[in-house]
Amino acid sequence: MPLMQVSTYELLAFEPPGWGGNLLRGLLNSVIIALGAYGFGLLIGIGGAYGKLYGGPILRDLLEVYTTIVRAVPELVLILILYFAGTDLINRLLEALGYARIDINGLVAGIWVLAVVQGAYSTEVLRGAILSIPQGQIEAARAYGMPPGLLLRRVTLPAMLPFAIPGLANLWLIATKDTALLAIVGFNELTQETRTAAGSTKAYFTFFMAAGVLYLALSLFSNVLIARIERWSRRGMPSVSGGPG
Amino acid sequence: MSAASAASVPAARPAPVEAIHVENLHKKFGDLHVLKGVSLSARDGDVVAIIGGSGSGKSTLLRCINCLENPTSGLIRVNEEEIRLKRDGHGGTVPADRRQIERIRSKLGMVFQSFNLWSHMTLIENLIEVPIHVLGVKRPEAIARAEGLLARVGLAEKRDVYPAFLSGGQQQRGAIARALAIEPRVMLFDEPTSALDPELVGEVLKVIADLAREGRTMILVTHEMKFAREVATHVVYLHNGLVEEEGPPEQVFGAPKSERLKQFIRTVS
Repeated sequence: MPLMQVSTYELLAFEPPGWGGNLLRGLLNSVIIALGAYGFGLLIGIGGAYGKLYGGPILRDLLEVYTTIVRAVPELVLILILYFAGTDLINRLLEALGYARIDINGLVAGIWVLAVVQGAYSTEVLRGAILSIPQGQIEAARAYGMPPGLLLRRVTLPAMLPFAIPGLANLWLIATKDTALLAIVGFNELTQETRTAAGSTKAYFTFFMAAGVLYLALSLFSNVLIARIERWSRRGMPSVSGGPG
Repeated sequence: MSAASAASVPAARPAPVEAIHVENLHKKFGDLHVLKGVSLSARDGDVVAIIGGSGSGKSTLLRCINCLENPTSGLIRVNEEEIRLKRDGHGGTVPADRRQIERIRSKLGMVFQSFNLWSHMTLIENLIEVPIHVLGVKRPEAIARAEGLLARVGLAEKRDVYPAFLSGGQQQRGAIARALAIEPRVMLFDEPTSALDPELVGEVLKVIADLAREGRTMILVTHEMKFAREVATHVVYLHNGLVEEEGPPEQVFGAPKSERLKQFIRTVS
């Protein structure tokens, strides 16, 4: 078996014929998609939480439909629906308006699809966190004449952060791993690159282990950052190190 | 208005400006009719104490003045400017102009029962937040003024401490300093000592009494009858959403006319 004679080191080398460079490029793509989807998901979440808490009855119903459906349907199915049906819909719309069809960039589509999924979950995380703020703090801001935008930026968001961090941290880790689902639409993120490398060399074990290590490294690095952000967000709160009771 | 405050103004000077004017104010929460036509007036330098049993509507009245509650009907003037209200389609009103409300609110220093300091900001940050971001005061100026106010309420050394690490009395003194930091036209106190342990009440009342002595216009909802008698220039007794009796403190506490007020004074003292 000549293939087995190639060492693991050579398989994972950064320069071709090694596949290490491809794997790292895949990881970079995964991180970019995760960051983009998470960021836009947070924006959707802030708007969604505000709409659910303070919006009119129609807006609240629409948001309820959005969060219920997105959280009920498996993400893989949603990705297939949104990716294929979504791009098809946009192109039909363009044709109907007399424009030429466009080739939708895989990166943009991937970010958009995952952001819609993330947005539904962050809506609920942020809604819960805003409800956890002692309401008197929001009332005090209103009583001193803060306009709504300033109140959101200076009081609501920073005050809800300590309550939102655990949920938002989960969502970030899920976002990094959900990027793997985009392999099904042929986007070259880490999992897709790994499949290509493994398929070409038949060194399945080596490459999937390598991919696993990369995902793990990303999570560990994220955890360090999240712990720092959480410490900072809880700066105004007494420590709970005394334990219960 | 109160005889005490009128007497303290020399006749040659024009009558003091009416800082707060409330007329025929009604407030319903659903079927609950909390305020049934209340009128109230505070001129510059007045200290108006609102007393009454729980459920009498005294906090609601105070909260209507800066539209934390929207009145169902009635008229409110702050510093001789009428708050423009419009019908909300559910039998109540909402402010017609958000900017007007925000401008008026930024002249009213509200102090809450539960302090409501912003927990993610240090004490000094709490004090400079509104001056800088709402009133447009320059940061160094806001900090200098805030430090002076903290010294005044005896919290200079707690400047960089977060509210959760302060006692209730310290938090409330900080909250009063936060209200003073906006250089308010009128101070509004909503039962400022009701959430405090008994041994911490004194330090907060002392700060409020100092403000009354320097002639600040204040409206004070309180359960501390002895305190109201000492600092107020005018006392309003609310019962079941109506002004049952009002007048200078020596009259309201010393020679109450209404049976209900007599009974109320007996039960709380």
